[in-house]
Amino acid sequence: MAIEKTYAEINEKIRSGKAVVLTAEEVIALVEEKGVSEAARQVDVVTTGTFSPMCSSGVFLNFGHSKPRIRMQKVWLNGIPAYSGIAAVDAYLGATELPEDDPCNSNYPGEFRYGGGHVIHDLLSGKSIKLEALSYGTDCYPRRELETYITLNDINEATLFNPRNAYQNYNCAVNLSGKTIYTYMGLLKPNLGNAHYSSAGQLSPLLNDPYFLTIGIGTRIFLGGGIGYVAWHGTQHFPGIQTDQEKNSYGPAGGTLAVIGDLKQMKPEWLVGTSYLGYGATLTVGIGIPIPILNEDVMSCVSITDRDLYAPVVDYSDAYSQRISGNLGYVSYAELKTGKITVNGKEIPTAPLSSYPKAREIAGKLKDWIQKGDFFLSEPVKLLPSYQDQITAKTLDINDV
Amino acid sequence: MAAKKIILRFGKDISDKPIIYHLAKDYGLVFNIIKANVNPNKEGTVVLELTGEQYAKGLEYLESEGVRVQPLAEQLSRNELKCTSCGACTDICPTGALYLHRPSMEVVFDSDNCVLCQICLKVCPVKAMEVKF
Repeated sequence: MAIEKTYAEINEKIRSGKAVVLTAEEVIALVEEKGVSEAARQVDVVTTGTFSPMCSSGVFLNFGHSKPRIRMQKVWLNGIPAYSGIAAVDAYLGATELPEDDPCNSNYPGEFRYGGGHVIHDLLSGKSIKLEALSYGTDCYPRRELETYITLNDINEATLFNPRNAYQNYNCAVNLSGKTIYTYMGLLKPNLGNAHYSSAGQLSPLLNDPYFLTIGIGTRIFLGGGIGYVAWHGTQHFPGIQTDQEKNSYGPAGGTLAVIGDLKQMKPEWLVGTSYLGYGATLTVGIGIPIPILNEDVMSCVSITDRDLYAPVVDYSDAYSQRISGNLGYVSYAELKTGKITVNGKEIPTAPLSSYPKAREIAGKLKDWIQKGDFFLSEPVKLLPSYQDQITAKTLDINDV
Repeated sequence: MAAKKIILRFGKDISDKPIIYHLAKDYGLVFNIIKANVNPNKEGTVVLELTGEQYAKGLEYLESEGVRVQPLAEQLSRNELKCTSCGACTDICPTGALYLHRPSMEVVFDSDNCVLCQICLKVCPVKAMEVKF
């Protein structure tokens, strides 16, 4: 008989302390031993995790009103500009924003030691942050400038809203050119000197729900050490199935999530300011998503292993930067994790940018929360588009003006 | 005079010269090589203990040959609270002092293999590598 469970049934089991919860790593052995059907019968929830740099992240802030009031037109936090083209004392601080006097890459490769992501981390760490604002003055908002110090506790709201996080899959980056390049995939040595990849593989949230059978708007998640929600599909959400020229399938890729949550209940160890030499500043974000085992199809999806999941190998010296399609082949995450892959006949060392130990820790924490009855699953208001929706990427044409 | 620990850094243009030999023969210095990584046409490093009456002149000779000399008074350490074990340093570290323990995929730092090139200070995305004097 087919196994069918509802969100309500699973939540009832969580409430009574009877829910069986495994991480996406732990479930692999169970499925290998007992098969998909029996595993689906036994397990109620599988938890996933990822801890990676996610540039499309930031926080909406409301500072409260000064006396006299100011309609903030320009805002800086520790010297990092925040967008204030919204209401009087609202602003959005983006993770990749840099100080206006940062030398950037004029002293190549730039270090990008402090950016918006670092301010978010410092806010969470309880540090005092310098707030500066300028304005033009109005009858109702007469103040024209302001300089003070704030902490996370002092301000009204701090809502983390990340428009694109938790990439379903990612490229394995290499460098075919003769010189070292500095990219958002780290330092890539010349002539296929190394390869960098960035995914939690078998623990990664969207690789465990490749067809979006369970994740949707309103899904409650682990976000930055606290609780957050899936707000929408992420920007550049182009879920698809990777294939090579012979139409061999290399599994899912392309999905993304927009996520939201109250920064004040998050933890600094799960939102970390991050710098990439020669590239820029960003934020490393911890995300964990529970997958309710509604049926055998869902169990079959979460039982995938690093051997079944593939990253395309992409040259970042030319193909990526010049938007030339195609790749140098596919490598499995199992191969990538051995520390060596072969590309164009050459054996090259690999390194991850996404922390697998932290991904495992997040999946474990989420499991713990659910087992203790501190975290319940939410049924999505609407599931996200999947590969069946065939959303394709638009490109930006440069027209003659 | 106690032996001093120093690091010599060679550009690839001089990696084929018998520099240590001249330290011993021309300046009478006693050397003990602790670690060496010198390959043809590559940048190289040698960590050695050096002692002798003409120590200062020996160092002048090294610098005249284009060898950069640094005292081994500093040490790198990995701040375990900051390090996220992302792994981005592990294929950049030239000596394998930073590596991934498998299968846990935790980053490990073996300071015995560190030659203080300090590239990890730059490539660590969360600045978890620190210099200690």
